[in-house]
Amino acid sequence: MAATVTGTEQVIDTTVGGGLRSRGGNGFPKNGGGRHDEGGDSFRFSADRYRIGVWVAIGSILMLFVALASSYIVRSASGNDWQPIAMPKVLWLSTALILISSITMEISRRSLKHQRDAGYGRWLLITTALGLGFLASQVFAWRQLARQGAYLASNPYNSFFYLFTAAHGLHLCGGILALSYLLLRTTRKRRTVEGELRRAGAADAATIYWHFMDGLWVALFFLLFFWK
Amino acid sequence: MAEATHAEVHRHEPPKGFIRKYIFSLDHKVIGIQYILLALTAVVFGLVMSVLMRMNLTWPGTNWPILATLFPTGAPGGVMSDAFYLSLVTMHGTIMVFFVLTTAPQGGFGNYFLPIQIGADDMAFPVLNMMSFWVTFVGFLVLILAIFAEGNVTVGLWFAKLGESAWAGGSGTVGPIGGWTGYPPLSALGKIAGPGQGAGVNLWIISIAIFCIGSLLGALNFITTLLNMRTRGMTLMRMPLTCWAWFTTAILALLSFPVLLGGGILLLLDRMAGTSFFIPGGLYVSGATVPLHNGGSPLLWQHLFWFFGHPEVYIAILPGMGATSHILSTFARKPIFGYRAMVFAIFAIGMLGFFVWGHHMFISGMSPYSAVAFSILTLSIGVPSAIKTFNWLGTLWGAKIRFTTPMLFAIGFVSLFVAGGITGLVLGQTSLDFFFHDTYFVTAHFHLVMGVASIFGMFAATYFWFPKMFGRMMNENLGKFHFWITFVGVYAIFVPFHAMGMVGMPRRYAQFGEYEFLKNTHPLVMFVTVAAIITAAVQLVFYFNFFWSMFKGQKAGDNPWEATTLEWNIPSPPPHDNFAGVVPEVYRGPYEFSVPGAPKDFMMQTEPEAAEVAASLGEGSGNGGNGHRH
Repeated sequence: MAATVTGTEQVIDTTVGGGLRSRGGNGFPKNGGGRHDEGGDSFRFSADRYRIGVWVAIGSILMLFVALASSYIVRSASGNDWQPIAMPKVLWLSTALILISSITMEISRRSLKHQRDAGYGRWLLITTALGLGFLASQVFAWRQLARQGAYLASNPYNSFFYLFTAAHGLHLCGGILALSYLLLRTTRKRRTVEGELRRAGAADAATIYWHFMDGLWVALFFLLFFWK
Repeated sequence: MAEATHAEVHRHEPPKGFIRKYIFSLDHKVIGIQYILLALTAVVFGLVMSVLMRMNLTWPGTNWPILATLFPTGAPGGVMSDAFYLSLVTMHGTIMVFFVLTTAPQGGFGNYFLPIQIGADDMAFPVLNMMSFWVTFVGFLVLILAIFAEGNVTVGLWFAKLGESAWAGGSGTVGPIGGWTGYPPLSALGKIAGPGQGAGVNLWIISIAIFCIGSLLGALNFITTLLNMRTRGMTLMRMPLTCWAWFTTAILALLSFPVLLGGGILLLLDRMAGTSFFIPGGLYVSGATVPLHNGGSPLLWQHLFWFFGHPEVYIAILPGMGATSHILSTFARKPIFGYRAMVFAIFAIGMLGFFVWGHHMFISGMSPYSAVAFSILTLSIGVPSAIKTFNWLGTLWGAKIRFTTPMLFAIGFVSLFVAGGITGLVLGQTSLDFFFHDTYFVTAHFHLVMGVASIFGMFAATYFWFPKMFGRMMNENLGKFHFWITFVGVYAIFVPFHAMGMVGMPRRYAQFGEYEFLKNTHPLVMFVTVAAIITAAVQLVFYFNFFWSMFKGQKAGDNPWEATTLEWNIPSPPPHDNFAGVVPEVYRGPYEFSVPGAPKDFMMQTEPEAAEVAASLGEGSGNGGNGHRH
C-alpha cells in the first residue's frame, strides 16, 4: 500500500505537466515551487514577488473601497437628507491628468523593458509630475467646495465625497512615493542580473499600482457623479 | 537525481547589534517570537479581566481593596461598578480577539514556521514584516491607554483633546463599555452615551484601525511568500497543512480587515467630525435629544463589522486546525487522512466565512428571506467542518498514538471544536437564534469553538515547536498537568453556560440579583467562577514551564518528535538564514509516516525518492514520487 502514503499521490498527473503544477506549482507562470533551471541566490530571489505583492495589496485596497462604496449606496437610501453636490468642473481636469499619467507610466515601463534607461527616467518624472498635478487639482476642488460652504459634515453626500477623495489621494501618495523611489534609483548603476531583475520587478509593480489608482479614480468619479 | 542537489552555499550573516537583532529585527523567526510574546502579555490582561468579571457576577457588591487602589473611579471603595464590569467585557473581548487570537496563531507561529516549512530563507518582504509587528504593538499600547483614558487623571489629561472631558466623568469606568462589537449609535455618540464612551472609544477605534493595518501588512507578506518562495519540489500539494491554514487565514485577513478599517474610519468621523454615517436623527439618549445628526444607519455598521467579524473568527481558528492536523499526524505516526480533502475543506471554510455574516444579525429586523439564505449558508459550513473532524478521527483510527503534551492538546482541540461547533448548528437557525441571541448560550458557543479551541491549537503548537524555537524541550510532566486541568476546566466553565443560556440568562449583565427567574442559577454561577479561577491559575504552570524550559529544559536534538517537514531538518534553534545558505529540495509529501518497506517509520520531505522502496513493492507510483517532472 505504498500508494496511500499521503494525499499527494492523488495529484499525480498521467499527462506530464498537467494542472496547476505545470505552471510552476502555483498557478503563476514561471515562479514558485518546482522550478529547476536556476540555482543559488537567483533561485532564491524572484522579482515576481513584487508583482504578486502588488496584486495582493490591490485586493486589499479594493476591499476597503468596496466597503466604503457599499456604505455610500446604503446611506444614500437610508435618510431623506441626501443632497448630491454639483460636480466641481476641475474634477474633469483631475480625471484627464490621471488618465494621461497612466499612459506615460506605461511608456516608462516599456522603455525600461527595451533597455532605454533615459526614456524610463524621463517618463517616470513626467508621471510623477502628473500625479502631483492630480493631487493639486483634487485639493483645488476641495477648496472650491469649502468656499461654497460644502463641508465634510454638512451633508452625508459631502461626507462621502471628501472621504473617497481623501482615501484615494492618500493611496495615490503611496504611489507617488514609489515613483520617487524608482526615480532616485535611476541614478544608481546596477551591475548584477539580480539588481536588474529587482528594478524591472519594482517598475512593473509600480505600474500595476498606478493603473489601479487610475481605474479606481474613474470608478469613484462615476460612482460620485453619474450613479443615480 | 542527475542534477546537483544543492546550490552553492551563500550565507546571510545575522545582524550584529542588539537592536537590529532582537528589537527591530528583519528575521521572521525573531518577529514570530515577538508576536508570541505580545500574545503572552496581552492574554494576561484578558485573563485577569475574565476572572474579575466572574468575581463580580458571583459576589456582587463585595469590597476588593486592591481594586480601590488600581481603579479608584472604576471600583470606588473597591466595589466594582456596573460600568466597570461592562468595560471589562469590552476590553476582554477586544484584547482576546485581536491581540491574542489573531497575533499568536498567525503572526507568531505562522511567521516563524511558514518560511521554514516551505524552504525559504525569510519572508518575501522582511521590512514589511518588521513593520507589521511594530504597528500591531503600537495598536496594543493604544488599546491599553483606552482603558485609562477615562477614570485616570494622568492619562486622561494626555487625551483631553480627543473627547469631551476625557477624565471628568469619574463615574466608575476603566474604558469603553460598548462591547467588542462597538454597535452604534451608542458607540458613535461620545460621552453622552455613558461613562467610558468618550475618549476611551476614540482610542479603542484608533487602536483597532492600527491593528488592521498591521494585519494587512502581515497578510500581504504571507501570501506573497507562500506563492513566490517555495523551494524546489515544494508543490502546493506537498505543503504541510499548517501552511495551507496560514495561507487561507492570510487571504481572510487580507479581504476582511479593510472592511473593518473602512467601518472604523466612518465611526471615527461620526464621533469626531460630526458626520452622520451611523447616527439616525431624533435620537433620544440620556434624557436629551442628540442634535446635529440625521439619517444615519446603525445597521450599516453591523453589516460592515460582521462582514469582517465572521472571517475574523476563522482567522482565529484556522491556524489551530492546521497545527492540529500536523500534530495529530506526527504523533499518530500515520499520514493525515485525506490530505486533499483537508486542503479543500480548510479553503471552503474560509471562503464560506465571507457569506454568513448575517447570522450575527438575525434579530436586527432583516428580511426573513435573507435570514434564510444566511442560515443555509451558515449550516453548510458544517460540511467542510465535518470533513475535517472525520479526517482527524480517521488519522487517529487504529494508530499507535504517542501521547505527548502537544498531542494531548491537539486531541483537545478536536474535542473542543466539535463541542463548540455543534452549537453553531443550533444558533445558525433563525428560529432558535431568536431565543438564544444575547444569552450565555452564544457566549458558550463562541468561547468553546473560537476562543478555547484556538487557544488549545496554540498550546499544541507551543509544546510542539518549542524545541525547534529554543533548542530545549518543555517539561512533559508539567505540560500534562497543565493539559488535564485546563481541559477539564474549560468544559467546567463553558458547559454550564449552555444551561444558563437556555434559562434565558442574558450576556453582558453586570449582575443578576434582581431577576427572580435566575435565582436558581446561582450555584451554577458559583461553580463556573471556581472553575474559572482554578483554570486561570493553572496557566501559571504553563508560563513557568515556558520560561523555565527556555533556559533549563532538556536539550532537544534537531528532530525530537521524529517529524517529517523541513523545519526538522535544520538545527534547533535554526540559524539566521534557516537553511545555512543551502536550498533544500523536497521530494515527497509532508506526512509520510509508517511507509511500508521504509527503514524508519517516517520519511523526511527532503529524502530523495525511494525508488527502490517503491520498486520492491511493485508500485512505482507511490510516495508522491511525481516530484521529478523537472
